[in-house]
Amino acid sequence: MSLLRVLAPGAATTVQASARDGWRHVGVARGGALDPAQATLANHLVGNAFDAAVLEIALGGPTLAFDAPIRIAVCGAPIDAAFDNGGGVRRIVPNGRPVALPAGTLKLGTIRHGLRAWLAIAGGIDVPVVLGSRSADLRGGFGGIGGRTLQAGDALRLGPHAAPVVAAEPVAPHWWIALDPLPTDACLVRYVPSSHAQAAPLRDGAWRVDPRSDRQGLRLGGDTLPTLAETLLSAPVAPGTIQLPPDGRPIVLLTDAQTVGGYPRLGYVIAADLPRMAQLRPGDAVRFEPVAADEAERLRRQRQSELARALIATDARRPSA
Amino acid sequence: MTATRRERLADDALLLHLGADTPPIDDATNARVHRIAARIRAAAPAWLRDLVPAYASLAVFFDPDTTTVPDVERWLDARLADDDGTTIAAAPRCIDIPVVYGGDFGEDLDSAAAELGLSPAALAERHAGGLYTVAMIGFAPGFPYLSGLDPALALPRLATPRTRVPAGSVAIGGAQTGLYPRESPGGWRLIGRTPLRLFDPTRAAPSLLAPGDRVRFVAIDAREFARMETGA
Repeated sequence: MSLLRVLAPGAATTVQASARDGWRHVGVARGGALDPAQATLANHLVGNAFDAAVLEIALGGPTLAFDAPIRIAVCGAPIDAAFDNGGGVRRIVPNGRPVALPAGTLKLGTIRHGLRAWLAIAGGIDVPVVLGSRSADLRGGFGGIGGRTLQAGDALRLGPHAAPVVAAEPVAPHWWIALDPLPTDACLVRYVPSSHAQAAPLRDGAWRVDPRSDRQGLRLGGDTLPTLAETLLSAPVAPGTIQLPPDGRPIVLLTDAQTVGGYPRLGYVIAADLPRMAQLRPGDAVRFEPVAADEAERLRRQRQSELARALIATDARRPSA
Repeated sequence: MTATRRERLADDALLLHLGADTPPIDDATNARVHRIAARIRAAAPAWLRDLVPAYASLAVFFDPDTTTVPDVERWLDARLADDDGTTIAAAPRCIDIPVVYGGDFGEDLDSAAAELGLSPAALAERHAGGLYTVAMIGFAPGFPYLSGLDPALALPRLATPRTRVPAGSVAIGGAQTGLYPRESPGGWRLIGRTPLRLFDPTRAAPSLLAPGDRVRFVAIDAREFARMETGA
């Protein structure tokens, strides 16, 4: 049984796997990786099932120690990663490809461009399935490791897998694969507007990401929309819902969204663009562009086929495990 | 009966508005929400991922890879047309929740009672005398928003929410009453606490309460609380 010991936890590292469907009526968030496609790609690179549990890393990554060889892949935002066997062998660990590592430590450093990366390890992280998913639900306090972010001293057990045969040094192919480019300048996000009076004006705002953003919601600032003294009955919300609180600064709900909310809704960020919002850092600029629901569906399928192509490209190159 | 309005909530969700989306809370509309939700759940179409009932609206989450929005809309329209406004799929469950009122178990009971011009015992008695309905669950896993509070017991929320509300706290917020399943921040007024676990993800039915359930509060004392908490 392989074990990873957490020497340093990183800024906000969580265990994430598939979404937790079927429990929203009792207030349980959908959850799962903020960008399921990147987690799927990382899993595929190491030969895991698409929904094996991975580590979602935000801003700064963890340092992990292991006594036996492992195979890993990191996808999402570029992250500095270094291997050290404690005996003088130190290597940079590249992103976007399967890397076989001998026993030693893997230090995932800082993400400088974008915000989040997903680390898959062959075998997957073996945590119990809770309400249909292994994903950590931070608000509910269950799933993942104790329903919380990683802590130093945690032990991550890996599921069954064929350990890579490696000598003293890491082994990585020269090719790499990336799913989509990171946003440059102002990140363009497409949304389907609601019938609310402020839904259309959202596109004219020069928005910036507020530091008080997390997996539940991305708060915007830098501009404001006029608000009325509206009192609404709480109604269902979803990942992607754009809320307008009384301070006029919209909130885009992400995958850990609560299930109901009482703020006016300006519409929803389309499924194809929502994962990109997980890469926005505090202070980053955001622009909104309205699209029709049919176009949103077309773009969702397009991103799906981009993932399918990336997986096929991987199959052609991945060493047989 | 208000005509149903449909809205796209997300790429994988439709929102049905079954009544006005502004206060006051209408119990007949909320009952219709639960009736239609029960009907959809019983039919269990293969594309159904999640169903979220709220006060006057109902979200239907579908799998966009196995169905289309027009198909979901047609299917839902047929279910709504079936609803004649009287049929109830099944008698609602009624669940008793034991509560210790006041003291360390409900630290706002005395001040809340004073604000309402009641004695603490009278506030507790009137709260325990009501029959409530789980209008919806939200905010946190297992947190029930209960309708049916005696309007004379309505209380404003705290100006500054508490950073830590103990798990099991029974509270009043505006015209509603509810329970905190887990220690969390919160701005409702705490009048008591239950030893029951409202939400346990390891149980087959993780949430003690489901939307549409009826709820009664039963006053107990601290000794009984301790006995029930240790799982006797």
